[in-house]
Amino acid sequence: MGEPLLRLQNITKRFPGVVANDSVSLEVYPGEVLALLGENGAGKSTLISILYGLYRPDEGEIFIEGRPVKIASPLDALRLGIGLVPQHPTLVGRHTVAENLALGIGTPLLPARRIVPLIERIAQGYGLHIDPKAPVHQLSPGEKQRVEIVRALLRGAKVLILDEPTSVLTPQEAEALFQVMRELKAAGKSLIFISHKLEEVLAIADRCTVLRRGRVVSSLPTPEASKTKLAQMMVGRSVSFERKRANPQMGEVLLRVEDLQVRSGRNLPALRGVSFELCAGEILGIAGVAGNGQSELVEVLAGLRKMEGGMVRLAGQPLVANPARLFAQGVAHIPEDRIHMGTVPSMSVAENLALRTFHQAPFARGFLSNPAAYAANAEARVKEYAVATPSIHTPSRLLSGGNIQKVILARELAGQPRLILAVHPTYGLDIGATEQVHRVLLEKTYQGAGVLLVSEDLEELLSLSDRIAVLYQGRLRGPYPVGQISREQVGLLMTGGEA
Amino acid sequence: MEEILNALARALSFGTPLLIACLGAILNERVGVVNLGVEGMMALGALAGFALAFGSGVGDGNLWLAVLAAMLAGALAALVHGFVTITLRANQFVSGLALTMLGLGAAGLLGKRFEGQPLFNQPPEWPFTLGAIGLALLLAFVFYATKIGLSLRSVGENPAAADLLGINVLGVRYAAVAVGGALAGLAGAYLSLVYRPSWTDGMTAGLGWIAVALVIFVGWSPLRAIFGAVFFGLLYYLQFRLQGQSGVPSEVFASLPYLLVILVLALSGLRGQQGNAPEALGKPYRRGER
Ligand SMILES: Nc1ncnc2c1ncn2[C@@H]1O[C@H](COP(=O)(O)OP(=O)(O)OP(=O)(O)O)[C@@H](O)[C@H]1O
Ligand SMILES: [Mg+2]
Repeated sequence: MGEPLLRLQNITKRFPGVVANDSVSLEVYPGEVLALLGENGAGKSTLISILYGLYRPDEGEIFIEGRPVKIASPLDALRLGIGLVPQHPTLVGRHTVAENLALGIGTPLLPARRIVPLIERIAQGYGLHIDPKAPVHQLSPGEKQRVEIVRALLRGAKVLILDEPTSVLTPQEAEALFQVMRELKAAGKSLIFISHKLEEVLAIADRCTVLRRGRVVSSLPTPEASKTKLAQMMVGRSVSFERKRANPQMGEVLLRVEDLQVRSGRNLPALRGVSFELCAGEILGIAGVAGNGQSELVEVLAGLRKMEGGMVRLAGQPLVANPARLFAQGVAHIPEDRIHMGTVPSMSVAENLALRTFHQAPFARGFLSNPAAYAANAEARVKEYAVATPSIHTPSRLLSGGNIQKVILARELAGQPRLILAVHPTYGLDIGATEQVHRVLLEKTYQGAGVLLVSEDLEELLSLSDRIAVLYQGRLRGPYPVGQISREQVGLLMTGGEA
Repeated sequence: MEEILNALARALSFGTPLLIACLGAILNERVGVVNLGVEGMMALGALAGFALAFGSGVGDGNLWLAVLAAMLAGALAALVHGFVTITLRANQFVSGLALTMLGLGAAGLLGKRFEGQPLFNQPPEWPFTLGAIGLALLLAFVFYATKIGLSLRSVGENPAAADLLGINVLGVRYAAVAVGGALAGLAGAYLSLVYRPSWTDGMTAGLGWIAVALVIFVGWSPLRAIFGAVFFGLLYYLQFRLQGQSGVPSEVFASLPYLLVILVLALSGLRGQQGNAPEALGKPYRRGER
């Protein structure tokens, strides 16, 4: 195989309370895709951050083409030909897509305008469509992810690192990304690919390296790997992938949406007359490419956005547009933007877990808050959802991506929610945690809750939902009972075709 | 008619130091650093400029040297603020306030021997006024039409994103803070060399504070700063005019600018102007911090 393009040797990184990377060694060869696997909090992003000059390793060495290198800043990494698509979009929200893409590489004059043809060429060539003039804060997470990928392509790199790039992409977009990756591979580049979706890993990777609690537990060529084997190595126990729905017990109509019209943040029509019903005990899946009105639909139902027209009734009553009162009525919301909408990053895990209920007993005693109640609640939730955190007093921003998601789930699904608005509920979760979330959602429906499941992951939608509807440009197609529509038909509807 | 033209001319001449200092503060805040030390840096600039012009004999030839000295003084003072807030990551508001008190105090102390000494040559005001307007146009151009401007704005909005793309966040912040300080020093020099060629303790008279408030009023826009500065210049002029004519105690008029600042901030609050503030304003940046 010759010399590795990139080699890490005995990298160790400690944070207060955790050893994130424990003497990690790995290498990537030219023209190879290396998959980096591991549970939430296993240390994948930390390793990547070291490689990109964001963290300094406590011990260990990095070699590029055989030469030892010091990577003290992202600039060093860029100069060495290392590119990164980070796990969480790191973009300037108020700037346009073009301005974000021109940052650091644009022409001296009119950088944002001159870069547009380049963006369009990449967008056309790879099927990654983005509007260069759109302000980034109005984009959905999936669209932001596309911007990040285009940015990496614009810059070019010898070693391209993709930290969970597909977690919010549609199957079509993911396929487009894989095509890009294959082309880069053929051009002799090295790629490091992080994902919790094992089908993808098996399809694209040449080799898999598995991390557990910061240590490399195994490194093997993909042909020798299988889904169960990888899962076993990551989690340390066997994981079941079967999630067949037991007979749903449909109850009364819980949510009735009639001719709903909503405008987006850009003040364009986002929903153009959407109608559907959701029954107690049912899981209704909403499929669609990001940016077709899913965010707006969920925001209205969570009381976060005004409707322009139409009617929404929850258990027969008109919807009160107030998130706190809706929660009191049993509406749980797992938002798509977990960092800014789902948590307060600088508050502790315990506080984040009590965000919905801090004003009630036992969390509040008169004007005072009750630390013991916070602690007791947090200990129980952290245990139940296996949140990997140094302590319940750790600020939530220090957790790994998947563990932040677990905190939100633990908070929203506590108690007896009647209506669960779940947007990408397993976004960024490892397979063990995904299995657990699916189980919890199903359990809640058996207890009579209705679930509106918004996801771009068709596997997830098809295995969990009772009925599936597709949002395309603000109009709803369906819902169709799951048995009566195929994966391909859903995919077609998502892109505006006829089923 | 003549009255109006005269008022406008005075408004421009009052507005010039406001505009210059305000542009400096806009530049600072656009990269995410609040500097409340404008008043102090203006005083230091005014003194440094005057001292150089006075010490080297009075002649037009030294005017530009004096202006340069003022800008240098402002920049050096600003770099202290930069070190404390960018490198040591201390609270920007506290450091800025300290800089104002320090600057005013030091200028007062060092300037004792120049007190009441006039400079004989009064240079014309218009080159400074035109220069300030040109600077506003230039700054707007840099912000919105150049790569440097894009980096500046990105650092103030999301330093982590800028860092990820290889922009030297701390370097950009230091540079902007130094230039912002130089502009505050220049505004001070305008007062002590051009507007009223003399040195008196406290001659900045709260102009620095108004410049800071103006930043919010004009929504961090260099172009709107031109109009904001002229508007406030007009208010200053009216204040002086009325002061001579009415029987109202002069203290009332002297406090008018500050009342106006409060009014203006309230108005910009109502207009939702605060929403224009750069996202990372006031927040120190440390790489790798989650
Ligand atoms: N800056 C930091 N300060 C303190 N702890 C940190 C920091 N960064 C990471 N950690 C901890 O290091 C561990 C590894 O985190 P990392 O983000 O690398 O996990 P990951 O494998 O990427 O997980 P995920 O799949 O959830 O993204 C976690 O326990 C996390 O809490
Ligand atoms: Mg991660």
